[in-house]
Amino acid sequence: MKPAPFEYEAPDSLPAALDLLARHGGEAKLLAGGQSLIPVMNFRLAQPAFLIDLNRLSDLDYVRRSAAGGLAIGAMTRQRRLERDPLVAELAPLLHEAVPFIAHPQIRNRGTLGGSLAHADPAAELPAVAVALGARLRLARAGSERWVDARDFFAGLFSTALEPDEILIEVELPPPTPRIGWAFLETARRHGDYAQAGVAARVSLDGEGRCQEAGLTYLSLGGAPISAQEAAGTLAGVVPSPAAFAAAAEAAPGEIHPVDDVHASAAFKRHLARVLTVRALTLASARAAQGMAAAQEGAR
Amino acid sequence: MSRPHSVAVTVNGRRHERQVEPRLLLSDFLRHELGLTGTHVGCEHGVCGACTILLDGEPVRSCLLLAVQVDGREVTTVEGLTPEPGTLHPIQQAFWETHGLQCGFCTPGFLMTLVPFLAENPDPSETEIRQALSGNLCRCTGYQHIVDAVLAAARNARPR
Repeated sequence: MKPAPFEYEAPDSLPAALDLLARHGGEAKLLAGGQSLIPVMNFRLAQPAFLIDLNRLSDLDYVRRSAAGGLAIGAMTRQRRLERDPLVAELAPLLHEAVPFIAHPQIRNRGTLGGSLAHADPAAELPAVAVALGARLRLARAGSERWVDARDFFAGLFSTALEPDEILIEVELPPPTPRIGWAFLETARRHGDYAQAGVAARVSLDGEGRCQEAGLTYLSLGGAPISAQEAAGTLAGVVPSPAAFAAAAEAAPGEIHPVDDVHASAAFKRHLARVLTVRALTLASARAAQGMAAAQEGAR
Repeated sequence: MSRPHSVAVTVNGRRHERQVEPRLLLSDFLRHELGLTGTHVGCEHGVCGACTILLDGEPVRSCLLLAVQVDGREVTTVEGLTPEPGTLHPIQQAFWETHGLQCGFCTPGFLMTLVPFLAENPDPSETEIRQALSGNLCRCTGYQHIVDAVLAAARNARPR
């Protein structure tokens, strides 16, 4: 229950961290919040020879409005800050709604946005939120950078597009569009436990109140976040209604891949997916309609 | 053994400097290097909450931090809740009065979770309390007496 020996460095600049990673890439692990890495090190399921601690990179801890009017968030931003920052609530209400589902305050005080995305746990909230929001991820290596869309970043169970010499440094979220509503829901045995099933729903309305476009992204129902294109597609051009939500929910289980575990059977998870889909679409549509009413009120 | 690193940390208002192996967990540093055995070690993978301490005033799991990581930081453990031995913090007093502990193993973690919780939310509902305590496990009393203790501590802190 104690980590195996390792060498440790805590660089105080990103170039220094990238340089260390370039030299030790194969044998090194990056330490962000440590809320997933340290447990597996304590169990000795992971025994990295070298640990590069990113916690001194305070210039990767920020939440700011991007040039496009969305959000730019540093990878070392703590989850607790995402929960409390008014800019997140304003510009990424889905993220704001999802963060309190992540474990417990003691964990969110350390856990980071970038760490959770790079860890790519299929039961985690932030990867699904990143996919649902259409996030772009900025990856750096010594001497160069590249951007990867969240939907291309998650390759499967605990695996991502990150190369061994790359660090995820920033997450960019697009600005919210008008007449859009979001909802995030999950079920767990106990508040803060890993989700048995969860969903991030998006509903955009057109000027007449019909559904212009919808999105459904599931967590804990496959090896990576799953965007259910067909289920969401059933809503296009349709007036939001309980029958329309039920039709989408019936399509969703065809696109998810739950497996039995100690928390729930695959069959029960499919049931949860249907129930959560209806609830999340109902909430997201109501919020989109509220936004539309408020905009019309403002225009008068 | 890997190269030791120096750590200088303020714990309960006192500054300590040590040379530590990087793999030393903060929970073990507090207990074995500083002799502060009030911080209990339960699961050592961040689930039980027994080792909760305050890092710069915020509750965190000390088993999920390396001692080297708190260099230059401020830590508060259960020993730091009251200025001197023999006195009780109001939340400790409430635990005692409402039978909020039985064997006491989980209690320090509960206390260190609750002190910042009540500072931020001085008049919590029972649901809010149960949510706040969801990251701390107790295997003796059940949680009802602990919830009662939090409600009592909040009530006692209100002006009469």
